Amino acid sequence: MKLTKTALALTIATLFLTACADTEDKDPNALDGQTKQSGINDASTNGLNNGTGINGSEIGGSNGTGEYGSAGFNGNSHLGPEFSDPSNPLSKHTIYFTLDSSQVQPDFVPVIAAHAQYLIANPNQHITLEGHGDERGSREYNIALGEQRAKSVAGMMKIQGVSESQLNVVSYGEEKPASLGNDDAAWELNRRVEIAY
Amino acid sequence: MAYFKTIVMIIIFSLVTSSSYAALTIEITEGVESALPIAVVPFASTNSPVAISEVVNADLARSGYFIMLDEQRMTNHPSSSQEVNFKEWQALAQNHMVVGRVETNASGQYDVQFQLLDVYKTSQLLGYRMTVSAADLRRTAHHISDLIFEKLTGKKGSFSGRIAYVTSSGAGHQQSHQLQVADADGFNPQTIAGSLEPIMSPAWSPDGKRIAYVSFEKKTAAVYVQTLATGQRERIAEFPGINGAPAWSPDGSRVALTLSKDGSPDIYVLNLVTRSLLRLTKSLAIDTEPAWSPDGSHIIFTSDRGGKPQLYMTPSAGGNEKRLTFTGAYNARGSFSPDGRNIVMVHGNGSSYRIAIMDMSNRAINVLTSGPADESPSFSPNGSMILYASKKRQTGFLAAVSIDGKMQQKLMFNSGEVREPAWSP
Repeated sequence: MKLTKTALALTIATLFLTACADTEDKDPNALDGQTKQSGINDASTNGLNNGTGINGSEIGGSNGTGEYGSAGFNGNSHLGPEFSDPSNPLSKHTIYFTLDSSQVQPDFVPVIAAHAQYLIANPNQHITLEGHGDERGSREYNIALGEQRAKSVAGMMKIQGVSESQLNVVSYGEEKPASLGNDDAAWELNRRVEIAY
Repeated sequence: MAYFKTIVMIIIFSLVTSSSYAALTIEITEGVESALPIAVVPFASTNSPVAISEVVNADLARSGYFIMLDEQRMTNHPSSSQEVNFKEWQALAQNHMVVGRVETNASGQYDVQFQLLDVYKTSQLLGYRMTVSAADLRRTAHHISDLIFEKLTGKKGSFSGRIAYVTSSGAGHQQSHQLQVADADGFNPQTIAGSLEPIMSPAWSPDGKRIAYVSFEKKTAAVYVQTLATGQRERIAEFPGINGAPAWSPDGSRVALTLSKDGSPDIYVLNLVTRSLLRLTKSLAIDTEPAWSPDGSHIIFTSDRGGKPQLYMTPSAGGNEKRLTFTGAYNARGSFSPDGRNIVMVHGNGSSYRIAIMDMSNRAINVLTSGPADESPSFSPNGSMILYASKKRQTGFLAAVSIDGKMQQKLMFNSGEVREPAWSP
């Protein structure tokens, strides 16, 4: 017990001595603790200063409008009434895809063709094809997948005679989901290309 | 001062040699076989705004290396080694204990003192005293965790590091996105960039001073590098098509990224000094998510050239591309452990996406998490933990898992969805 007491007294001495010891010219093994003592004094000062030194820069949204995803067709007054006529394929502006695929399904061929014809008839009109994916898998891979989807729609339009200069392609991957759900129904809605005028 | 040094050395040696108890040796080389019992005694404190011992306790618990003694089993709360009756703590089967106190001083700052004690040797392993401002108490606690962790495991602690991540709030037209930096346990979040358009793929420079990320603020993808201290930033890639997945070379001179300007997404290396661009892959398939080996000699990436996404590797100067993963239908977003021996990745089977680690020596894959929507894994700087993003009931959160998969922890955030964590070097 006497030994323990001695050890304790020495322990306390060490605690306070290390607080003022510096670290040069020492056996690195024996003085590991002191090296770090010096280390934490320096590091905590610098590190902690850094901690309050992170300055933010607020970036504005592109137009400051808060516009989300593709523009709604109703909001585009320059577009004709055919875009809001449910019986006209131009009223459809979303092409859906199957899992991990960028192949256009037959159902959507008439929709793409209708938009292509409109663009051919209106050569000054530009559109953006926004590619999207569902949330599954990794995000940057989904960016690539979304671009493949948008490019396959663009390719079909070009084959029909649309000028490349009328088409802008951007992929948002899974970053702008149409549906926030985590099930098959939501994923189907999110694997898409939006045609934005 | 030299006199004091000599005294200190003598004291340390005498503590080591005077041990009358059988030493419990702590030898952790590869992974963790068994966690070490440790008691972090609540620090004595008059009015500290931060419960330092609680922060330390949570840090050490999260590492997976320790079994923390429940406070309710402690019969008393010594605040210095003088007050410790080691027999009590031996009876509780504790290998180590941490005691300390926080006191306000005359200048309005806080004196923080702690000791790490070996319960069986009845000796001190560490003893420090620091004076800090109230704002720095929390980071001081993380520094203490780092010191304890390194002393007991031989590995550098990662607790005082920071994490960058992307968060979004609102939905639909109201959605906004922020790039934030917080302490490694999720506290003290600061927004360093915000946009109404998506922000993605934050990556720390090796010196921890800059972050590269992707922003769609101009309704097209661009890669930016932002200096944390000033908030200033530079656009380093804005080519037609995809500009994504930035990854710093270990020497900080280059950034690997994904560009689709020449057709399909391929891996490029941008030299930040000369601005020269080296195209590494030329497949017609998707190549993305580059990550450097720790020595900078190789880059791994995700490619679906074989039909499904798998990991491939190429020399970072260009050369033979070889496939790395053959187990599982979906392996993506790989990154190396700091020692280069393992790769962590998203491992999917079509319905569930989990975090898995692959041993590079034998290509064995060990699945660490339960999914179903785990993504964006990366190692802590000391290689002992993996930080990743997960999702439950439509809300994204960050989680950490020890590399043996035994220890898992969810990191708490105030609100909104949180994703794409990146641990500072």
